[in-house]
Amino acid sequence: MPNRDMATQELAARASSGWPLLASELSVLFRRRRTWAMLLALAAVPVLMAIAVRVSSAVPPGRGPAFLDRITQNGLFVGVTASLVCVPLFLPLTVGVVAGDTIAGEAGLGTLRYLLVAPAGRVRLLLVKYAGAAAFCVVAPLVVALAGAGIGAALFPVGPVTLLSGDVITPGEAVVRLLLVAAYLTVSLLGLSAVGLFLSTLTDVPVGAMAATIVASVVSQVMGELPQLEWLHPWLFSHYWFGFADLLRQPIAWDSFGSNALLQAGYIAVFGALAYGRFVTKDVLS
Amino acid sequence: MTAAGRSAELAIETRGLSKRFGHQLAVDGVNLAVPRGSVFGFLGPNGSGKTTTIRMMLGLAGATDGSVSVLGLEMPERFHDVLPRVGALVEGPAFYPFLSGAANLRRLDAADPYAVQSTRRSRVEAALERVGLTHAAGKKVRAYSLGMKQRLGIANALLSPRELLVLDEPTNGLDPQGTREVRSLVRSLAADGATVFVSSHLLAEVEQICTHAAVMSAGRLVAQGTLAELRDEGKVRIRLVTPDAGLAEGVFARLGMTPMGGRSNGALVYGDSRQTGDGGQTGDGGQAGDARQPGDAVEPEAVVAAMVAAGVRVRGFAVEQGSLEDRFVALTGEGFDIAQ
Repeated sequence: MPNRDMATQELAARASSGWPLLASELSVLFRRRRTWAMLLALAAVPVLMAIAVRVSSAVPPGRGPAFLDRITQNGLFVGVTASLVCVPLFLPLTVGVVAGDTIAGEAGLGTLRYLLVAPAGRVRLLLVKYAGAAAFCVVAPLVVALAGAGIGAALFPVGPVTLLSGDVITPGEAVVRLLLVAAYLTVSLLGLSAVGLFLSTLTDVPVGAMAATIVASVVSQVMGELPQLEWLHPWLFSHYWFGFADLLRQPIAWDSFGSNALLQAGYIAVFGALAYGRFVTKDVLS
Repeated sequence: MTAAGRSAELAIETRGLSKRFGHQLAVDGVNLAVPRGSVFGFLGPNGSGKTTTIRMMLGLAGATDGSVSVLGLEMPERFHDVLPRVGALVEGPAFYPFLSGAANLRRLDAADPYAVQSTRRSRVEAALERVGLTHAAGKKVRAYSLGMKQRLGIANALLSPRELLVLDEPTNGLDPQGTREVRSLVRSLAADGATVFVSSHLLAEVEQICTHAAVMSAGRLVAQGTLAELRDEGKVRIRLVTPDAGLAEGVFARLGMTPMGGRSNGALVYGDSRQTGDGGQTGDGGQAGDARQPGDAVEPEAVVAAMVAAGVRVRGFAVEQGSLEDRFVALTGEGFDIAQ
């Protein structure tokens, strides 16, 4: 049937890449009220912290989270301190919600079958979903760091910043360092996102996948605290989560950044493959 | 005709299609043949495997055994060549409640790599207009009624020109007006040359719009063909109201016609085991005779003539075609029990 072959060829010629779907995914994710609520909650952490320090008496050095005592001297430290506070729970919590929702959320709504019939293509959908979760991993730490820097600049003096190595850098350079910290946290959360993506392919109940992802981050951190499991520590995705202090030295020590990136890439490869293996053969019955 | 030539004329063909969930065989060796250009009714009680069959056709679920080809191409292997040409409504509409109707359609259209981006807005508007949702385009789907969601689901199937439309229970949740609109929509789609595959448990609906039909029961395909074939056409029933029942029986017997039905409420009713037993009507003192006419041997007018000649007082006379419902009940059993 020549006209049918033509129809097929015409389709092939018209096929676009995944960009329109990615654009759609990002717009759905970031226009969603839930996403905004999570980002606002993250932004509230540095704001509350800065206000608490501002209205109370001076913080004695060595109490509270690291760098807390420096906030009063330099507002830019609010961003660093808030990032540190958000690492163990708040960031994994929000990333767990987004990553756990990727496939299971669509399955729960029933839109998964319509995306696949469109046809989004299972591999393409998986890639787009992961890219969406990764975009959230970029935005979330950035919100914490910038909200922190903003409220810090509003409530405290801003001046040259003394680094951990004792060197002093300009406020402009300090903002660059702050962005590097956010980038470090983005990389840190990519492995967890891959775990969440995989868990999300296992169920049609998004809350289950979200909870499982968050539990995974807690378990990883708890195991990281147990000296009996020391052999396992370098393999835990949370192993380098607090390693971003190296970015606050002069010159910057990139070692932990590199090791972290390598570890997270490993997690992306393993859990990405598992998600692929599961999702490509899955019967979509939701 | 060669096998390849036959396949090319079929919009959907399944060969021994089976699906097993655990120990239960949900779909059991189904051989469907949906001709191109037909409006194909896919009937069956709830739980008879219709939706599972549709899921396998669209590549959502894998077949345990057997194969499917859609528009002449194997599924699910060739999904990227097939699915852009297929519009589907599967197991009810599903949308993002926090997006507007139009935004939902744009989202699903963006998932189709072959959809032209520059015409997206206009195509979405046209699809919404076609199902009468233009006024609600900007409203969040959360605020839609079931019928509106159903219309939006149909609009999604119509976003691009399609060669095949698979509509699973398209009139579910629609008011009578909406049901009529869907019927005329299906007819207009068929008139444009599309094949329309409609699954339904509503017989009247299928009877009104379809050219072909297939009946599923407990995972098996128990009948398929043109609607005329399924209705058992040629076997016309004659309903006779007369006070001279005994005389009329004799005339029917002489004409070689068999009674269908039994005696109920004192009225004489004819029928056979395939009948639902929906009795004949009784007038004041009148009795209804109900007989099936085998083949085209006896013309209805000849029956009247014979009755009158025999002195039977004919008070009412009706010629009834075997309905799809009779056939459906005969095939799937009484009562719409969920198949075990």
